[in-house]
Amino acid sequence: MATAAQGPILQIRGLCKSFGGASVLSNIDLDVPRKSIVALLGRSGSGKTTLLQLIAGLQEADAGTVTIDGRDMTGTSPHDRPVNLMFQSYALFPHLSVSGNIAYGLKARHTARIERDRQVAWAIQLLRLEGLERRRPDQLSGGQRQRVALARCLVMKPAVLLLDEPLAALDRNLRADVQKELLAIQRAVGTTFIVVTHDQDEAMAMSDYIAVMEQGLIVQFGTPREVYERPSTRFVASFLGTINLFEGDVTLDVNGSRRLRTDDGLALRVADDSSAAGAPRATVGVRPEKIVLSRDATSLANDFMGTLVEISFVGSLSHATIRLANGRSLEATLVNSDSLREAVPARGDSVHAGFAPEAAVLLPA
Amino acid sequence: MNRQTLTWLDRLSVGIPFAWLLVFLGLPLLCVTALAFHSIADSIPPVEPLLRVSDGHIVLHASFRAFRLVLTDPLYRHAFLSALLNAALTTAGCVLIGFPFALAIARAPGRRRNLYLFLAILPFWTAFLLRAYAWMGLIRDSGPVESLLLWLGILHEPIPVLYSPAAVLLVMIYSYLPFFVLPMYAVLEKLPAELLAAAADLGARPGYVFRTVTLPLSLPGVISGGILVFVPAVGEYVIPDLVGNSRTVMIGGILWDEFFENRDWPLAAAIAVLTFAILMLPALLMRRWLSRTAMVAA
Repeated sequence: MATAAQGPILQIRGLCKSFGGASVLSNIDLDVPRKSIVALLGRSGSGKTTLLQLIAGLQEADAGTVTIDGRDMTGTSPHDRPVNLMFQSYALFPHLSVSGNIAYGLKARHTARIERDRQVAWAIQLLRLEGLERRRPDQLSGGQRQRVALARCLVMKPAVLLLDEPLAALDRNLRADVQKELLAIQRAVGTTFIVVTHDQDEAMAMSDYIAVMEQGLIVQFGTPREVYERPSTRFVASFLGTINLFEGDVTLDVNGSRRLRTDDGLALRVADDSSAAGAPRATVGVRPEKIVLSRDATSLANDFMGTLVEISFVGSLSHATIRLANGRSLEATLVNSDSLREAVPARGDSVHAGFAPEAAVLLPA
Repeated sequence: MNRQTLTWLDRLSVGIPFAWLLVFLGLPLLCVTALAFHSIADSIPPVEPLLRVSDGHIVLHASFRAFRLVLTDPLYRHAFLSALLNAALTTAGCVLIGFPFALAIARAPGRRRNLYLFLAILPFWTAFLLRAYAWMGLIRDSGPVESLLLWLGILHEPIPVLYSPAAVLLVMIYSYLPFFVLPMYAVLEKLPAELLAAAADLGARPGYVFRTVTLPLSLPGVISGGILVFVPAVGEYVIPDLVGNSRTVMIGGILWDEFFENRDWPLAAAIAVLTFAILMLPALLMRRWLSRTAMVAA
């Protein structure tokens, strides 16, 4: 047990699942550190919900193991796993009150009444549900229902709490607040959270680590910054935010620095030694906020002339579209700080767009 | 303008059922109630008119004979009680058999579920009387069921079943079962599978999930299915007549006899009104109980 207490709280090895011959998850490996929030991020059909259900034990894996806190969970039914799942619909029992819902799991486990009442009171206080104890789920707001669902899971003191699209059922204007609240509660109780989401902003804002899923595979696992700044594939790069992509042939200079000759005739200097660097063909990705716009030539190694065809002001940022001489469009994001105010170009202006070799990510073609 | 047409449509859609109830339930009930206060006469129709003109005055000629007789004669009280008991046993039988039946259909995978539903409704394709006669053939003395039970050694000597209260109960449960299974299925089928998964996830074993989630949430189905069986079962007179004996004389049969055999229309009407009242009472109580449990948190 002593070693288990140090290692990851959840360890997944070689997990496979298929439905009717169609593979939904193939060979999933995942280590979830203790007390962290991990987001499983992917489009619908990427297998993220299936992975969640395999962890919860609501479905059985075809192959592979799920180990929670050092215990292999193979063959353990959902009611015996130290894991709880918060459903996307919250799945509150409509015939039970708020207290009844929160106490349900403790009753099912025959927790003594005094202890049960103490735990329920703790959860009600933690989630600010005082005064709503006797209400039924249909007499609660969306946010309150979500807090009841969370309380119902947290009283069980799970080793890992699984949250299936926790914000999807809420009004858009509520989401930011609820997201902050979820974070605060997770920091307070220290339970490991695994959050399934299709919303990349939500994943980046909420989690310590993101596992990006595509077609039943975890294509990248890392901190939000790593996944955003150093995406491992074109899919990850374009799924998390906007990115300018350049396809072309990789060449080496005499001095050993790397260039990409793009298919539309641009020459880019790239400083990236990642795995994709060895291949003859590659894609280079540049995030819009890495691009510098100027009326005069930038001093950066990659500098191109173009025309500003569109600029839209969205408060703290402006999004600009630049058409280069060869017809390619570039997206650039400018921060509207005071120092920039006078330098911001207008629509129709001739501009230079530049970026440093370090700002470019080399991706597999 | 849009709102105007909507309220007009709304009024119509509320008005039609009300008009229907008034014409086909309210008025007949009023007529039957009025009939119960008539005096019998040896004429066609076999009653005296309720209102008569004598010396230029309209005179109300009401008789309480029918109600007095129904309420005091032990024959009717016994018939009422045995009808209620038989209906209660029929309902209980339908719940005990129909609930697992409906649950099995609701939990069956898609295509097979439709097949099971079809099989549950299939008996309706043949006439009710034919099915009752089929049962008579099955359970008659030295009939196929008795022979089989004797051969299997479950019965050691023949027991007469046909023309007994047991036969009445058996055929009634058989006949009324679909009326319970269908509403029960409708409720169970709508029960979100996620609630069961959530209960399991919170540590509940299957038996506990059934007791604390499935059962309480399917109670409306038990009640509506139960009422659908109980109410017509109280007035049932064909089945007791076909497969019962003199001990299974129930209020439906008595009503038939009073009306068609004895031509005592006021008495038959009084029985009908009283039956209606007896059936309304538990329904109203149930309604109150349901609305109260909906308010109070468990």
